[in-house]
Amino acid sequence: MSVAVPGEDIHASLSDVTRVYPGVAGTPAVHALGPVDLKLKRGEFFAVVGPSGCGKTTLLEVLAGLQQATAGTVTFEGRPIAGKVPDGIGVVFQEDASFPWLTVWDNAAFGLRRNGVDPAKIRRRVDDALAFMGLTDFARAYPAQLSGGMRQRVCISRTLVLQPRLILLDEPFGALDAQTRLLMGDEVLRLWRRTGATILLITHALDEAAMLSDRIGAMSARPGRFMEIVATGWPRERDSKIVSDAGFGEITGRLWDNLRGESMKSLGHSGVAAG
Amino acid sequence: MSRVGWIRIAVIAIAIALLEASCRLGLIDHRVVIPPSEMADALVHLLISGQDNDQILRTFGIVVLAAVISAIGGFALGVIIHALPRVRQSLDPFFATYYAVPIFIFYPVMIVIFGLSAIPIVLMGVATAIVAMIIATLNGLDRVPQVLTKVACVHRMGRIATALLLKLPAAAPHLFTGLKLAVSYAFIGVIASEFILAPAGLGRVISDAYTDFDNRKMYALMLLLIIVATVVNMFLHAVDQHLAERRGIGKA
Ligand SMILES: Nc1ncnc2c1ncn2[C@@H]1O[C@H](COP(=O)(O)OP(=O)(O)O)[C@@H](O)[C@H]1O
Ligand SMILES: [Mg+2]
Repeated sequence: MSVAVPGEDIHASLSDVTRVYPGVAGTPAVHALGPVDLKLKRGEFFAVVGPSGCGKTTLLEVLAGLQQATAGTVTFEGRPIAGKVPDGIGVVFQEDASFPWLTVWDNAAFGLRRNGVDPAKIRRRVDDALAFMGLTDFARAYPAQLSGGMRQRVCISRTLVLQPRLILLDEPFGALDAQTRLLMGDEVLRLWRRTGATILLITHALDEAAMLSDRIGAMSARPGRFMEIVATGWPRERDSKIVSDAGFGEITGRLWDNLRGESMKSLGHSGVAAG
Repeated sequence: MSRVGWIRIAVIAIAIALLEASCRLGLIDHRVVIPPSEMADALVHLLISGQDNDQILRTFGIVVLAAVISAIGGFALGVIIHALPRVRQSLDPFFATYYAVPIFIFYPVMIVIFGLSAIPIVLMGVATAIVAMIIATLNGLDRVPQVLTKVACVHRMGRIATALLLKLPAAAPHLFTGLKLAVSYAFIGVIASEFILAPAGLGRVISDAYTDFDNRKMYALMLLLIIVATVVNMFLHAVDQHLAERRGIGKA
């Protein structure tokens, strides 16, 4: 087994980034994020955990170029991101973003068709992505006929066919039960190994983060900042069986130490510091 | 067909049979209602004779025109109003009460302005139908999930591509419901206007037959109206259901 040693070159970065939502019509401005610094190494699997409302989605959208940082710089492959999602970034959103008017197959083909890719190539890539995500039998189905987990897989397929080099996943399995989530986690790991892409996964589940990632960033309550970045040291060839590893408990324990106090803050308790 | 569907057909068949029997047995005076079979017979003869076919075509043509204007105009207005939240806020109470006001009170005004021609009738059809389409468009656009805009950004789509390829299909089932209502309302608006006062048209012919005690003609044309309105509505309803089902939108 080879230990995961992600490439040392920086694939994407946030430097001193803050995001403040300006107040609209009398409401006060919301300082949602930062300042945060983050350097994603090419090919690594990075997870972000943090209490709800701490700015995780904001972080992802700033990194993707969907939102402008209020201060600081964001780069992807050495170039600053400015007001536009750069080519090579794929995003899977927290909400169901499948297109209900298209079949599973046409959903997956959407981006390729827009890019004017040759039909034979589209067919090959879509069939391949659907097979990889276990959706081949549902190619002709509409999203409404599928479960929530399968719809998320449709969205992952739609992203996958474009062969992104950086994949951002925003709590993609948030709505699924714990067991299904573990299995979906295995699929994300397979995807990561096969594509060689850099992955940033946002999750509120500590075990999911601990099982999947090379490094995990634990965020504070809003405004979100990284309190600690934990390296797991897992081998690249890993799967959900890792949850029974002794080191696994140690990692989740460490994350919880960081997050306990923050989660309490977001629940409205004050001044309770984590042990 | 579903069990409910069969029961529905049975109920209609029994009602028609009862009416037929009542007329034939003299329970209902022939001068008031003629038996359904005679209505059908009269209709077939009327259509074959071609005597009023131009009137029939004129009316259905006006209905189609009013429905098309309402669908396109209502959609366009809906899109514009949706883009202007302030305007929308000020119009909302107007939309909410629109169908509580009998719009027909404005028909005489339109006749005064446009004269006794097809124009006031088309306008009445549009006036009855267009607001349903506007409301359906607003409703549909409200339900376009925010996340689709983000998906569009990730695919680096422009505003027009986003509107045509994502927002429009996302709103489509609601738009179709609006179209269905617009067609029904256009029917009502046009026929009723012709009935009240019009130089020609199906409503006028029925009204004339009524004044002339021409029961056969009156009931034949009423039957024609019912058949056409039902068939058109059933067709649109079936498409509507199909769209909604595919999208997993619960509709009665
Ligand atoms: N468009 C917005 N306008 C104002 N405040 C926002 C907006 N989006 C998110 N927020 C606020 O910013 C904070 C962080 O939100 P978000 O990044 O979605 O958190 P998370 O994904 O960690 O749950 C929350 O308090 C949220 O209410
Ligand atoms: Mg979120």
